Amino acid sequence: MTKLLELKSVYAGYDNKIVLRDVDLIVKKNDFIGIIGPNGGGKTTLLKVILGLIKPIEGSIKFNNIDDNLIGYLPQINTIDRKFPISVREVILSGLMSHKKLFGRYQSEDKRKAKELMEQMGILHLKNKNIGELSGGQLQRVFLCRAIISNPQILILDEPDTYVDSHFEMELYGVLDKLNEHMAIILVSHDIGTISSHVKTIACVNGSLCYHDSNIINQEQLKTYNCPIDLITHGDVPHRVLKKH
Amino acid sequence: MNEIIDILSYNFFQNAIGAAILASISCGIIGTYIVARRIVFISGGITHASFGGIGIAWFLGLNPILGAAIFGVFSALGIEWVSKKTDVRQDSVIGILWALGMALGIIFIYMTPGYAPNLMSFLFGSILTVSSLDLYLLSALSVLTISVFALMMRPIVYVAFDETYAQTHKAPVQFLNYLMIALVALAIVLNIKVVGIILVISFLTIPQTIANMFTQDFGKMIIGAITFGIIGSLLGLFMAYKLNVPSGATIIFSFVILFIIAKIVQLSLLKLSRKVDE
Ligand SMILES: Nc1ncnc2c1ncn2[C@@H]1O[C@H](COP(=O)(O)OP(=O)(O)OP(=O)(O)O)[C@@H](O)[C@H]1O
Ligand SMILES: [Mg+2]
Repeated sequence: MTKLLELKSVYAGYDNKIVLRDVDLIVKKNDFIGIIGPNGGGKTTLLKVILGLIKPIEGSIKFNNIDDNLIGYLPQINTIDRKFPISVREVILSGLMSHKKLFGRYQSEDKRKAKELMEQMGILHLKNKNIGELSGGQLQRVFLCRAIISNPQILILDEPDTYVDSHFEMELYGVLDKLNEHMAIILVSHDIGTISSHVKTIACVNGSLCYHDSNIINQEQLKTYNCPIDLITHGDVPHRVLKKH
Repeated sequence: MNEIIDILSYNFFQNAIGAAILASISCGIIGTYIVARRIVFISGGITHASFGGIGIAWFLGLNPILGAAIFGVFSALGIEWVSKKTDVRQDSVIGILWALGMALGIIFIYMTPGYAPNLMSFLFGSILTVSSLDLYLLSALSVLTISVFALMMRPIVYVAFDETYAQTHKAPVQFLNYLMIALVALAIVLNIKVVGIILVISFLTIPQTIANMFTQDFGKMIIGAITFGIIGSLLGLFMAYKLNVPSGATIIFSFVILFIIAKIVQLSLLKLSRKVDE
């Protein structure tokens, strides 16, 4: 299958602090990779390296026949200013920024696409609201719309399930499953129980990255992957964990 | 009434009206950016740093506004650079620059032989004595800010709103940040003549705050801020003429009155809409 992206022995971090060591990762078309790992393990850092926000100290990142503008991104807990004077619709349209160049204007096609997405996410009635008037979950949906409006080849989601109620969480994964038909998805989540029934493969990130070529994982494997997180047991057999329920 | 028509025929008064309108345009646009991005403190720092430029230019016998412009723009670019490239806390840098500018200004003005008659006008503004050069500069500034925003308002707003996200879209984040901070500095410096160093920051924030009571949209906030800016500065201008006091004080005083009226209107609108809901 087509390789979209390849990381080879990447080292990355901040200032003098190395967070990621010797990370290898290949992202192919139609991949759905779940990234798990403890707080501070380097998940967000890995995503930022892929997005080009952090330059790796060593190692290489290669994009294969992908327009590198075409990565959709939903950031973790929003560091944005909620009082900023900008409307829901405008935030979503800003996902088309790279297509518009510096002086570009929006076409009716763009606006139709934004409307369609808002409808799909159940936020159409909020379209002219200021982002300060939304709840956390509603805002998360807005950011999801912004991430996918450009129809990217790779979609990167940093904990999209925080703030979101269980009803929308179901819908969210439904949407992602459908999107996955034509784009690769990389998703960070702490809710391993839920993601493992949707992702295809799992990567454990804790300083280094261990790739697990299946969506079933158990406590012993996590231990060998140096990934100290507890799995909530879903099956009847303790320690034999996580598959569709 | 006759008196108003009379003074309107004076050249200096027409200049003053022109300056008030032009100041409202540049301050309305740039101030909206300042308020939305919460860089009021940075702007205060740039304002006071530019006083150093005024002092040095004075000492060298150059045009003080030119000195202020050079000093202001370089301080602004410096603040942006320092806060992006080093891990020094931005507000400490601004605090130092703020004080340094004022200190340099005072030192050089006192070292200049003779009396400094115009000093008060730099501190408190003197809209009734704007020269045609001031008007040309203010017009150029308005044209520049209007063109920049007409062409690039979207990317400017997106970068201001979520810089990291804009970066993932390969937006020219650095270029826009430097461009905007330089424009902020120019807007401050060129409007010093109208409202003075001490009060220019209010011209960049009070009309915006009033507009923000009624709209949350960046573009509409600009229009609102310009409108309130024109109303307040014209009121202030007449007051300055009548009472013979520095225009900076009267203009800001008018803004505060407008602010209070707007607050009352806003509260009654809120009450009304609540009643309708019931
Ligand atoms: N901007 C930054 N400057 C310096 N160090 C940072 C910065 N951001 C993160 N770090 C450090 O890098 C390490 C990895 O952080 P990262 O955000 O990648 O973790 P994470 O796996 O996403 O954690 P979480 O589950 O809490 O989101 C942490 O030890 C953190 O302290
Ligand atoms: Mg994280």
